[in-house]
Amino acid sequence: MNDNILLKVENLDIKFNSDEVIKNLNFSVNQGDVLAVVGPNGAGKSVLFRALLGLIPYSGKIKWNENLKISYIPQKFAIDRELPLSAEEFLSFKKKSQKEIIDVLVSVGVGAEHRNEPAHQLRHITDHVLKQRLGWLSGGQLQRVLIAWALLDNPDVLLFDEPTSGIDVGGEETIYSMLKKLHSERKLTMLLISHDLNIVYRYANNVLCLNKEMICYGSPATALDSSALVKLYGDEAGFYKHEDHHH
Amino acid sequence: MDNSLLLQLVTGSVIGLGAGYVGSFMVLRRMSLVGDALSHVALPGIAIALLFNFNPFFGAFAALLVAIFGIWLLEKRTELPSETLVGIFFTLSLAIGLLLTPEPEILEALFGNIAQITNIDLAIAIIAVAIIFVIMRKISNNLMLGIISKELAQALKIPVNKINLIFLFLVAIVVALGLKIAGTLLMGSLVIIPAAAAKNASVNLSQYTRLAVLFGALSAIGGLLLARYFGIVPGPTIVLTAGVIFLGTLVFKK
Repeated sequence: MNDNILLKVENLDIKFNSDEVIKNLNFSVNQGDVLAVVGPNGAGKSVLFRALLGLIPYSGKIKWNENLKISYIPQKFAIDRELPLSAEEFLSFKKKSQKEIIDVLVSVGVGAEHRNEPAHQLRHITDHVLKQRLGWLSGGQLQRVLIAWALLDNPDVLLFDEPTSGIDVGGEETIYSMLKKLHSERKLTMLLISHDLNIVYRYANNVLCLNKEMICYGSPATALDSSALVKLYGDEAGFYKHEDHHH
Repeated sequence: MDNSLLLQLVTGSVIGLGAGYVGSFMVLRRMSLVGDALSHVALPGIAIALLFNFNPFFGAFAALLVAIFGIWLLEKRTELPSETLVGIFFTLSLAIGLLLTPEPEILEALFGNIAQITNIDLAIAIIAVAIIFVIMRKISNNLMLGIISKELAQALKIPVNKINLIFLFLVAIVVALGLKIAGTLLMGSLVIIPAAAAKNASVNLSQYTRLAVLFGALSAIGGLLLARYFGIVPGPTIVLTAGVIFLGTLVFKK
């Protein structure tokens, strides 16, 4: 057994009424891992996260190391444009100083287009992000604010459900490279739910394929073989298989 | 200014402050119609208080407690909007209340009777609104998080259901308080309209709650003065004043 194990899941079963949503799941996460959870819609990925957070009942064992700080960013975070709440007020719910809030926003790349002029970037952050209604931010800005929100507690582990839902393709890339940077700078352990297998190949060191039960588990290059993909997504799966893209 | 008008204005504006504050979160939680229906539930409670000769505030409050507990259970058990059940249950209680209320008191119960307000009513209002302000300040951040995302709040170990129950309890207090000035038919509007107006004109939460509180008090004061001037019951003039403020804020809509 590895000393660095941070999460161990054994014989996990989750049922909603009589519906089996997750069946006999076993896996573990080491410190510093980036574990991607992949699978089709309805495979139980978000349900797994909720169980890991202790929000829903389950049977089996979910064992986190003691004294871990776990942050969670749920999926589909639609915010009403009419909601009278500024981004600053939202981030202040975490009871941190304004300096800490601005520092974390800078580290998640808010206003990065002005990064050569710090004063300009600061003004951009206060005027165009902090003072705005949360619902007025663009999809990409909102996602960064939510990541900042999750990072304000200095978590050891980040659980992130579909980091790029509602973000355009260009924005996706930057969100992932930002997560990668955070992972190396802060020694964050990350559990990500993702649809995009390319992302999994490029950023995750472990992958868990889920379709109610575990289909595959291991490093992306070996675990995601064609039989696993067929089991996950059906016959068209070959289409998803990773090919080297030359950018 | 005679004493009774001063007493009415002070009591009315204190209640308006509380109604604005509680109402601001009712609007955000999409409970506007619940607030309206809820005020009707007070009627059977008032009727029983009148029949057995005790302060109608307590009768109304008891009836409202039963109702909010029902709403809370519905919200907790189902993710479905509870509109239909709320609509049925609350109009039924209005019907029962109408049957129970002694004939001479029926207008007073429906539209309030500010003329009968006493120093005791003022004292009750001040204490109750002070309680509302203290508790609202404590729970408003967590309420807001629950509105943004229930999951996010639960992941932070915020007891969402408990906070919702506390909030509904404050709703019951403020509705029971307002019955004397606005009556069972119109109290729901004094809770909702100032908040809806404030929402038009504000970007952030602190601006929003402050404006809602201010508009609540202004509606009560303006409505009471108009009612005195025209010699009519104040409920409708209070609600109309709030309505005028709402129309005014549409100009500033963000």
